[in-house]
Amino acid sequence: MTQKDIDGLVDVKNGFISRELFVDADIYKQELSKLFTRAWLLVGHESLVPNPGDFYTSRMGEESVILCRDKKGEIHVFLNSCRHRGMKVCRYEQGNTSLFTCPYHSWTYTTDGKLQGVPLYKSLYDGVLDREANSLVSVARLCNYKGSIWATWDKDAPDFLTYLGDAKAHLDQALDCRDGRDGGSEVIGVHKWVFPANWKFAAENFLGDTYHNPSHRSVDLIGIGPSAVSGKKGRRDNELEHAQHVWISFPAGHGVHSAIQPEANEYIESFLDNPVLEQYFRHCYEERKRRLGDGARLMPFVGTIFPNTSYHGRQPRGLCAWHPHSPTSTEAWRFFLVDKDAPSEVKDYLRHYYMRYSGPAGMTEQDDIENWLYATAASTGTIARRYPFNYQQSMGAYTTDHPLGGELSLQVTEQIARGFYRRWASYMRDADWGELLGLPAGNREAAE
Amino acid sequence: MSSALSQTKPIPAEKCAGNPSIARTEHYYRLKADVEDFYYYEADLLDARRFREWLDLLTEDISYFMPIRRNVKFGQHEARENTRRGEGISWFDEDKWTLTKRVDQILTGVHYAEEPLSRITHMVTNVQIKDARPNLDQAEEVDVASRILVYQNRVEYETYTLVGRRNDTLRLVDNSWKVCRREIILEQNILLAKNLTMFF
Repeated sequence: MTQKDIDGLVDVKNGFISRELFVDADIYKQELSKLFTRAWLLVGHESLVPNPGDFYTSRMGEESVILCRDKKGEIHVFLNSCRHRGMKVCRYEQGNTSLFTCPYHSWTYTTDGKLQGVPLYKSLYDGVLDREANSLVSVARLCNYKGSIWATWDKDAPDFLTYLGDAKAHLDQALDCRDGRDGGSEVIGVHKWVFPANWKFAAENFLGDTYHNPSHRSVDLIGIGPSAVSGKKGRRDNELEHAQHVWISFPAGHGVHSAIQPEANEYIESFLDNPVLEQYFRHCYEERKRRLGDGARLMPFVGTIFPNTSYHGRQPRGLCAWHPHSPTSTEAWRFFLVDKDAPSEVKDYLRHYYMRYSGPAGMTEQDDIENWLYATAASTGTIARRYPFNYQQSMGAYTTDHPLGGELSLQVTEQIARGFYRRWASYMRDADWGELLGLPAGNREAAE
Repeated sequence: MSSALSQTKPIPAEKCAGNPSIARTEHYYRLKADVEDFYYYEADLLDARRFREWLDLLTEDISYFMPIRRNVKFGQHEARENTRRGEGISWFDEDKWTLTKRVDQILTGVHYAEEPLSRITHMVTNVQIKDARPNLDQAEEVDVASRILVYQNRVEYETYTLVGRRNDTLRLVDNSWKVCRREIILEQNILLAKNLTMFF
């Protein structure tokens, strides 16, 4: 895509983003080839493959991949396609195996992706077929970050933590134990569903688009949160009642909505419907304060790690990958998280809460998906495409010198979305990694 | 009905699936007709959007469950194909409180995923009584297997057809059937519908 093409689509300065980004087939193809081949993508979680030989089939962009723990315990991610004629070597969702055997011509691959068995190797291939060169295609880089597994197809990509930048402190809130210990989460289940809307609607929804709150009026009126039986309305406890909410756009395109508790950082009663949970979360809150000190004042809400991984930080809690499925459809995979060592009653309560909140059967998210669908549908027309979406909210209302980094706003803002599309444009231009990370021009060389 | 039945040779108990005491006797067919009638009434309430009245057909202790189906290796279906009631994440694994919330939400008039309301038809078929307690003649609790087809058309072009199996336990309360346990097994892996705003 030329600079001119991109300038016509993404006008961050004036706050206009073309609808073509949400409906056009050519742009979608370019996203797959320029963006999803380079950015770090969420693949899964180590708790899905706890033992040697365990595998979990996942996706990266439109493509099927296998997350596998090899016989030695090392984690790999491969393209789920035989090197011979492309058949999927695994069509099971999850399991344990010593070999992936292609159903088509029976080439077999070991759990570290190496081609092992080739029928009639000596007579038909003269015993010289290069097995190493015909291993399953592996991702270029892989990272197990506090149990969550991320990968990129770009060997030149920076390491995951560099990619994450200052968004790390926020993603951590979703991945760390409720009492402040590092990591320690497990996936208790996965939702997978397809909906007819462009993937960026979903990614943007979690980019601090707090402005869409009116969509959830119905669920807020009836109350489905963990204190609903005790008479609290809303879809979650208001743990951030006294907090300063912050909306931050990070230079690599990530965006979060978090909150900073007041200095006293007092626990706000929550989970009132269950005394065991009330006590547990109160305990965790105090423990976290003790462990992290002033750092415990930072609390998560939601965020999107560029381009298509979103998280819910507390109520509910999970990671979601918005896989592109077509220009106008998305395949959503949500991984629900709990602390691995949480009491069983806590886990049991949380899973019920997650189910009634999230996904296609979730009373909150159903209304989101409705928006994304009809926003996509009403943007396909010739006339509609002439009119870009408006992204002029809270223009310039941010600071760049806050200790949390990025462009930080104290009010609801589309600065995060503008930052997301600024970075989206860089990928479409095949920019170098210095630009993709959003480094100031002078510092770019160091990153490469 | 009974005169027609009297000419039918009952299927012997040992050939019937489930509880062998469920032979195709006249009592069986009477009970089955009764249950079918209940299902047609239930479907009518749902499709007529009489959601509050539908809730009255559920016992206070109802367990309402829809597993997520997984692609598993031959031989592992029994153990691993479906997520389980009472553990992990399913599409639904809930009680009457949550189902009531779902109805309350639709009735706010601002649940946009059901506003405007969808057009929905429930078809119930392949009804079989699997067990009856204490017996077919004076059943107070019955296990029933059926198939359902739920057709949803939304706004203009949005259409979903969800087909699956349903395993229920019905209980006689004040001389009327109520659902006290329901399992809905859709024939899909990745859900090919944007939302599950309908009841099953």
